[in-house]
Amino acid sequence: MLRIRCIHCGPRDENEFVCGGTSHLTRPPLGASDGEWAEYLFFRDNPKGLHLERWRHAQGCGAWFNLARHTVTHEILAVYPITERPPAIVERTPPSAEGSR
Amino acid sequence: MTSGYSAWSLLRGAVGGHRHWPPAWPAVEPKSRYDVIVVGGGGHGLATAYYLAKNHGLRNVAVVERGWIGGGNTGRNTTIVRSNYLYPESARLYDFSLKLYEGLGKDLDFNIMLSQRGLLMLAHSRHDLDAMSRWANAMRMNGIEVNLLDRAAVANLVPALDLSPRARLPVIGGFLQPRGGTARHDAVAWGYARAAAALGVDIIQNCEVRAFLKDGARVTGVETSRGRIQAVRVGIAAAGHSSVLAGLAGFRLPVTSYALQALVTEPIKPALDTVVISPGTGAYISQSDKGGMVIGAMLDLFPSYAQRGSFAVLQAILASTLEMFPSFSRLKMLRHWAGIVDVVHDSSPIIGPTPVPGLYINCGWGTGGFKAIPVGGWTLAHVLATGENHPLAEAFQLERFVTGRLVDEAAASGIAH
Ligand SMILES: Cc1cc2nc3c(=O)[nH]c(=O)nc-3n(C[C@H](O)[C@H](O)[C@H](O)COP(=O)(O)OP(=O)(O)OC[C@H]3O[C@@H](n4cnc5c(N)ncnc54)[C@H](O)[C@@H]3O)c2cc1C
Ligand SMILES: [Zn+2]
Repeated sequence: MLRIRCIHCGPRDENEFVCGGTSHLTRPPLGASDGEWAEYLFFRDNPKGLHLERWRHAQGCGAWFNLARHTVTHEILAVYPITERPPAIVERTPPSAEGSR
Repeated sequence: MTSGYSAWSLLRGAVGGHRHWPPAWPAVEPKSRYDVIVVGGGGHGLATAYYLAKNHGLRNVAVVERGWIGGGNTGRNTTIVRSNYLYPESARLYDFSLKLYEGLGKDLDFNIMLSQRGLLMLAHSRHDLDAMSRWANAMRMNGIEVNLLDRAAVANLVPALDLSPRARLPVIGGFLQPRGGTARHDAVAWGYARAAAALGVDIIQNCEVRAFLKDGARVTGVETSRGRIQAVRVGIAAAGHSSVLAGLAGFRLPVTSYALQALVTEPIKPALDTVVISPGTGAYISQSDKGGMVIGAMLDLFPSYAQRGSFAVLQAILASTLEMFPSFSRLKMLRHWAGIVDVVHDSSPIIGPTPVPGLYINCGWGTGGFKAIPVGGWTLAHVLATGENHPLAEAFQLERFVTGRLVDEAAASGIAH
């Protein structure tokens, strides 16, 4: 069970939350090619290591926010508001520090 | 090296105290060069190697596995086989697979313990039932036998189910695919490995692919934990690690890796002789030949490479299993585990070339690729050997995510199975 620190409600159990997938994807302009749309909609880095992702406190306050979480250890390295860039410490960590272990 | 398995060989073995059995496949050192290297020694990789040798006469083939064969999802699944998919493309693919399973024990000379005990999908509401009628009609149109059942027929088939009107999850009907059932997962991996090795394929365990060798854009081999190995063509069948390997080769996939968990109880006397799936609650259950109740869950819905399941999902799945089967509440859990599955948006596989010349992939089976091991191997072997997609795999190419021609099987595989 993950303990997730909601930006409003503090630490709560995982089953109050839903994960909304990768953060910081930018919607392409309307004139984008099919290939660009496919990248935006479907193709993902799916890293084994650090992942920046959106979560919603669905059974709580309803807020969306971002997590920086490791996909092997599940360690949560940062919680930050939905409209913000990740904290500098996280941006400097290479996404797949784990390699293919 | 490999001897035939039969009642006679068993008897002969008994005389010698079963001490003379040769290894089912030899441990080999990697050669410096192969015609084809298959990355990943799960069922799909091993079946690919077998059909490369058997169907296409390619014998200079290696399977490289970073751990032990069958140590990934192939040895972690709940062993359910079925072909109750909605669209014709999927029905063709999965039913071809089930047909191969039906002859596989004989083909491989290895008892895969296929048990076509029937697979029951439960309807808990009027909506479920309407959707299932449509689904069952689609299956019949695709030539796959299925029977719609009312509540009384379900009660007759599965007496242990709580069908009382007070049940928290009332059952009002369902459908049965009589040819669905289970097979022994380890035996599928071992059987393909042994049969492939007998045809000359090298099965190389403890050999992790860490990089791809390239000549310009083209893949020419792999850099492994046991050295460099050259190849004319390379196939990837790495399930939850598909994106990691794609990343090493320099492209991305429409895949997200999630943990999928299952558990098994202590063995008890026969109490359940069909596979029961409740799509509405996310739980499914069957009794293994050893007597354990094998209970499967829905996905832990956040990206993970951890191979361990979340307690929140475990709790939910046990709650709904016990609502359906109150009499199982005293059973002790023996083991609980998870595998990392490769989920794509339309719940359909990808079998074909990648954007990198010389490199081919079989992935995207997500929660349901055990049943597809024979056809996954058959079709990946075809494209590796001939350079052309197998007709069964034509609809399952990577470019469908660009053209938008998805094959959305969310309903048929919305649950683990
Ligand atoms: C709990 C659970 C229940 C399931 N239940 C069912 C079910 O009832 N029915 C059904 O049809 N399906 C089921 N599935 C899905 C099914 O198990 C998988 O789709 C299927 O086994 C995938 O087979 P595979 O050979 O592609 O992958 P795997 O068996 O996972 O094999 C991939 C192999 O690649 C290796 N590998 C990874 N990276 C590297 C590398 N860099 N170098 C070398 N090797 C590497 C791994 O070690 C692994 O052995 C279930 C899955 C789980 C986890
Ligand atoms: Zn909150």
